[in-house]
Amino acid sequence: MEKPKLKPANNEGEPVISIKGLHKSFGKLEVLKGIDLTVHKGENVAVLGKSGSGKSVLIKIIVGLLKPDRGTLNVLEKEVEQLNGKELDELRLRIGFSFQSSALYDSMSVFQNLAFPLIMNVKHLPKKEVEVAVEEALEAVGLKDKAEQMPAELSGGQRKRIGIARALILKPEIMLYDEPTAGLDPITSAEINELINEVQEKYNTSSIIITHDLTCAKNTCDRIVMLVEGQFLPSGKFDELFNTDNQQVKDFFSYNFIQ
Amino acid sequence: MIEDHTKKAVISERIDEYFLGVYGAYKFVLRFFKEVFVPPFHLRAIIVQSYEIGLKSLALISVTGFIIGIVFTKQSRPSLEDFGAASWLPNLVGIAIIRALGPVLTALICAGKVGSSIGAELSSMKVTEQIEAMEVSAINPFKYLVVTRIVAATIMVPLLAMYCIFIGLIGSYINVHAAETTSFTTFFKDAFSSITFIDLFAATAKATVYGFTIGVIGCYKGFNATKGTHGVGKAANEAVVLAMFLVFLEEVIIVQISNWMR
Repeated sequence: MEKPKLKPANNEGEPVISIKGLHKSFGKLEVLKGIDLTVHKGENVAVLGKSGSGKSVLIKIIVGLLKPDRGTLNVLEKEVEQLNGKELDELRLRIGFSFQSSALYDSMSVFQNLAFPLIMNVKHLPKKEVEVAVEEALEAVGLKDKAEQMPAELSGGQRKRIGIARALILKPEIMLYDEPTAGLDPITSAEINELINEVQEKYNTSSIIITHDLTCAKNTCDRIVMLVEGQFLPSGKFDELFNTDNQQVKDFFSYNFIQ
Repeated sequence: MIEDHTKKAVISERIDEYFLGVYGAYKFVLRFFKEVFVPPFHLRAIIVQSYEIGLKSLALISVTGFIIGIVFTKQSRPSLEDFGAASWLPNLVGIAIIRALGPVLTALICAGKVGSSIGAELSSMKVTEQIEAMEVSAINPFKYLVVTRIVAATIMVPLLAMYCIFIGLIGSYINVHAAETTSFTTFFKDAFSSITFIDLFAATAKATVYGFTIGVIGCYKGFNATKGTHGVGKAANEAVVLAMFLVFLEEVIIVQISNWMR
């Protein structure tokens, strides 16, 4: 099930994320060694790489959870490094982040999980509007009937969906997915992939999808980049990378993918 | 923002870690005072936390305070009787419970119950990325999770201490009444006869300091937990041990100050 091409792969639109020469180290471990990446409006980009290669670090830098050591990062025409706390929060409202662990608030019901970012960020929002927004987000992920359940009562796939719904509640322009299909069975993974495509179409988001699941990358992304030893290999469409002569890419694909 | 420990050790890793911990706690407290007076105040969350810390500790405080009142009176009676001073029992109990036992006992119970609960809850939220999820939703987790809990603990522990004192005195009264048929009014009149305003002020003030300490330590340990389930247990455990230690330390200091004032 390849990604439905409702529109041409967009790598010519305005850039929404522009990264240049980004470095990040943890102690002596240099994770990102001067990476460059541009994501255009409406584009889904997959970042592939081995576990521990720094993929999640990259999106945490994009959303301002981690500070880069060097390099420039422009997100939605804002230089992230130069933003103060309030400006960073304003930028974060335009970015949706789906965590690998879903990161749902344990002590809140599904409804409260989704309503929480809305209530906290939009002052004096009428209760009715919150209910409508939550209902809409739950409908978008196909879990309208789970509003009153607690996160502990949901399956892994449902938790991922709710995590995505929570990210969508503020209508973001960019979605960052951290391992959206990790730990899920193939059928649920396929459902999540389909959801990622639906989100892009319905909300017109640009996305970075961190994954080591080639099926997910193939079915959801316009372009794929591979992070190897802290640097990006040249990006391309799935088939271009699949048929590449680069040994590092070939190793990754041949190990990982069942056609 | 996630902490990034990229610097080399100055003395040795363990010594550096200790001083960095102290410095981290100092910065944590400063950040609390910086954020506590700035809106939004999250009053609803403070009320919820006050309920969790206060109302849910009532049963434990009631039982412990009552037993301490009875036992302390029962154990003190023979010594006073030896000097023919059994009638001073209410005075002794009043001084002991109001000045020391009530606040300290409440603080120790809360350090165990509330401190561990805050430490475990926040550390669990940290390791499951719930705190980061708040940050990326443009919600200040320090303000929402930490400030509300510290404020609630600072308000509720002195209230619980007052309640513990009252229940302790009730326990003591029952023992005294059983032995000497002293009336309720006489007992309380005697119990408070040696108590001055400074005693009541010191008891309230130190219970407030204990509440603040328990809140800060629980939140600091939970908020800075290392990754993994091991970190959750460690944070909860350290929150209790450190809070209890600091409560005793503060008790010594505050007793010195109140004696000096008296």
